[in-house]
Amino acid sequence: MEEKKKREKIPRQKMPEQQPKDRIHNFNEVPLGYPPDVAKLEAERCLQCKKPACVEGCPVEIDIPAFIKLIKEGEFLSAARKIKEKNALPAVCGRVCPQEVQCESKCVLAKKDEPVAIGRLERFAADWERENGEISIPQIKEKTGKKVAVVGSGPAGLTVAADLIVLGHEVTIFEALHKPGGVLIYGIPEFRLPKKIVDAEINYLKSLGVRIEVNWVIGRIKTVDELLEEYDAVFLGLGAGLPLFLNIPGENLCGVYSANEYLTRANLMKAYLFPEYDTPISKGKRVAVIGAGNVAMDAARTALRLGAEEVHIVYRRGREEMPARKEEIHHAEEEGIIFDLLTNPVRFIGDERGWVKEMECIRMGLGEPDASGRRRPVPVKGSEFKMPFDLIIVALGTAANPLLTQNTPGLALNERGYIIADPETGKTKKERVWAGGDIVTGAATVILAMGAGRKAAISIDEYLRTQKW
Amino acid sequence: MFKILSKKTLVQGKVILIRVDAPYIAKKAKPGQFIILRVNEQGERIPLTIARADTQSGTIDLIFQVVGKTTALLSTKNPGEYIQDLVGPLGRPTHIEKVGKVICVGGGTGVAVLYPITRGYKEAGNYVISIIGARTKGLLILENEMKEISDELYVTTDDGSYGEKGFVTDVLRKTLDNKKDIGLVVAIGPVPMMKYVSLLTKEYGVPTVVSLNSIMVDGTGMCGACRVTVGGKTKFTCVDGPEFDGHQVDFDELEKRLSAYEQEERLSMEKFNCTCG
Ligand SMILES: Cc1cc2nc3c(=O)[nH]c(=O)nc-3n(C[C@H](O)[C@H](O)[C@H](O)COP(=O)(O)OP(=O)(O)OC[C@H]3O[C@@H](n4cnc5c(N)ncnc54)[C@H](O)[C@@H]3O)c2cc1C
Ligand SMILES: Cc1cc2nc3c(=O)[nH]c(=O)nc-3n(C[C@H](O)[C@H](O)[C@H](O)COP(=O)(O)OP(=O)(O)OC[C@H]3O[C@@H](n4cnc5c(N)ncnc54)[C@H](O)[C@@H]3O)c2cc1C
Ligand code: SF4
Ligand code: SF4
Ligand code: FES
Repeated sequence: MEEKKKREKIPRQKMPEQQPKDRIHNFNEVPLGYPPDVAKLEAERCLQCKKPACVEGCPVEIDIPAFIKLIKEGEFLSAARKIKEKNALPAVCGRVCPQEVQCESKCVLAKKDEPVAIGRLERFAADWERENGEISIPQIKEKTGKKVAVVGSGPAGLTVAADLIVLGHEVTIFEALHKPGGVLIYGIPEFRLPKKIVDAEINYLKSLGVRIEVNWVIGRIKTVDELLEEYDAVFLGLGAGLPLFLNIPGENLCGVYSANEYLTRANLMKAYLFPEYDTPISKGKRVAVIGAGNVAMDAARTALRLGAEEVHIVYRRGREEMPARKEEIHHAEEEGIIFDLLTNPVRFIGDERGWVKEMECIRMGLGEPDASGRRRPVPVKGSEFKMPFDLIIVALGTAANPLLTQNTPGLALNERGYIIADPETGKTKKERVWAGGDIVTGAATVILAMGAGRKAAISIDEYLRTQKW
Repeated sequence: MFKILSKKTLVQGKVILIRVDAPYIAKKAKPGQFIILRVNEQGERIPLTIARADTQSGTIDLIFQVVGKTTALLSTKNPGEYIQDLVGPLGRPTHIEKVGKVICVGGGTGVAVLYPITRGYKEAGNYVISIIGARTKGLLILENEMKEISDELYVTTDDGSYGEKGFVTDVLRKTLDNKKDIGLVVAIGPVPMMKYVSLLTKEYGVPTVVSLNSIMVDGTGMCGACRVTVGGKTKFTCVDGPEFDGHQVDFDELEKRLSAYEQEERLSMEKFNCTCG
């Protein structure tokens, strides 16, 4: 009884963070991680439920109470290993999972109080293991002699590779870019997900024996059919990499970027270190980011760190409708980003050299709910106005890239170009080909892509053992 | 890592040919396709056309003009040394068919890009008339190679130091006046050249293909850096091109977009010259 009271008194432990005034001048990570004693204290809060609801909220079904118990007992390495039984990328997921709608939303404590900080604890255990150089390697089953090709090295592809290699299959990942990791490397910025963490996770896969071939654009250098001649199974984890634009006048002016290009220059090409690194990036003084998802927040906060004086988020719906995680919106606001809500761009206006200098917008009102259940934004007649900007980043989301799919006969696509795959097995309509992640669901989350990878790996393994499609 | 096997200077200090060991790319490369390379860990990704691919030896040839930091750095690499990253073949291959008489127009290093395409048209059984130009004699490249695969070859220099004095468009106009049965013009070179060729052939109603050199990052349709306006619609050069109908391209927009990083490029080059002597 005593103990229960004591436990109930412990508040959800805060994460130490870099202060906004400092962090807007650097690319270092914003949340600093729990110190060990704070992690243990937070772990105390977990009720160790017999039927843990939290686990249902995790797409890869980590044994959450078990790893939290190990943290409470100070067995940090064992905690990390426990997580890794189910999740090959815990340091990544602990940072970028939208826990508030997944594991933590289901935690019983969330009903009257705040949920256990599962994500922060997961991050703590993974960081501890990495920083103490105690990465353990699981037992790898006897070689089966079967070969699997994984196309794309985002979270979906990495998960498939990690799962199949321990089952004894030979796995080769083919990645179009010069560095593996998918969005984790080219999209999500350093201050949210340090690249050395992604590198460490990838090195871990290599240490398990996964081969990674970079600079391979499948569909060009080799087709899927050619891969099928050499490999027993092929998994497609291509992501949804095609940037969407507004299709309004002036969109091809200099100084107008897609978020993909802007973030790729900054992250993958390290343009924030120009001229030490060769890739340039335009550093705007007054920057507008169109859209209000996670990608928009990342682009806005990157612009700030590259030296912008004023950064606006321009969004056609209202505050409640913003799709970004609350935590990201909060961080952006703390850093001084201005939100122009219910505002929609109608055209970009350039100077005589072809550089953007102004954006014309129209005010929006909210009408009836649309198909997505959100109230539909409707333009307010005659409310056009202009704002000066010298850099504009379009972050409207992405679609399916047709590069590989259009060269792969037999692969069924839906009307938007995404690959049709069985949600339980990842099987596509083409024999011996599986798919998962954003290229099946449309842009989603890291952990959902991993969950899809996990299911596909189980199905691939079954096929390789039974030869039954 | 991709090994440089040999290197040849085509124009002293300006235009260089390297042969690179890239067997998988060589096997798949078709005329009109390109690669993207990154010289080293700090390097930028830049596109270069596959000037020649040899399946037998598993090599590709790249011909590049030294214009800025990356091409300058690449020009310092010698046989036996490596290029960190090289990805390809990218872009849609040239749609080559027998059309009858084809005029291939090349300016500056554009001739390097034009060369494999010209050969493709020749091999498809077309009668090929080539017109290649440069500012001055010393800058002219691949004259002999082009001669071998052309039925007629004309050379122009802006200053009259070699061939005919004037622009490629001057010879093109004369040829179009003399020969009424031209089925296609292919024009590859600096943006203004492609623009004026396209304006001219529009007058004569001759279909014209140009190869665009927009700024690229990934080369797979993921970033949109390479977007151009063709027929009023936005296209991505790396996946929808690099070849487009010259009569539909907004060349002025392309020219402006190509100058987006002028300041940064100058800074990079100055820094490179400082450290490289
Ligand atoms: C800026 C940004 C921020 C985000 N923030 C979050 C977040 O905080 N939390 C969260 O959960 N999710 C976030 N997401 C979404 C998440 O990153 C994606 O849902 C996830 O990465 C999808 O994984 P994937 O494996 O399907 O594809 P991707 O990560 O997109 O990886 C696909 C890989 O395949 C490669 N590829 C594509 N075509 C080919 C080909 N033909 N040949 C070879 N290789 C190919 C690509 O180069 C790429 O590396 C964010 C996304 C972005 C862009
Ligand atoms: C499909 C394609 C094929 C090409 N083939 C050839 C070729 O066979 N031989 C050749 O000499 N050149 C070719 N180019 C042009 C070549 O890519 C540029 O000259 C090169 O990028 C210049 O880089 P730099 O750092 O040396 O010069 P910089 O000083 O950086 O730039 C000089 C100029 O090159 C252009 N440029 C800069 N960065 C890029 C980039 N990342 N992508 C594209 N253009 C850029 C800009 O217009 C710039 O003004 C091709 C371009 C394209 C798009
Ligand atoms: S992987 Fe994500 S959803 Fe699963 S427990 Fe960890 S933070 Fe929660
Ligand atoms: S639901 Fe909450 S309290 Fe229960 S085991 Fe999961 S994290 Fe612990
Ligand atoms: S270079 Fe990125 S989309 Fe064409």
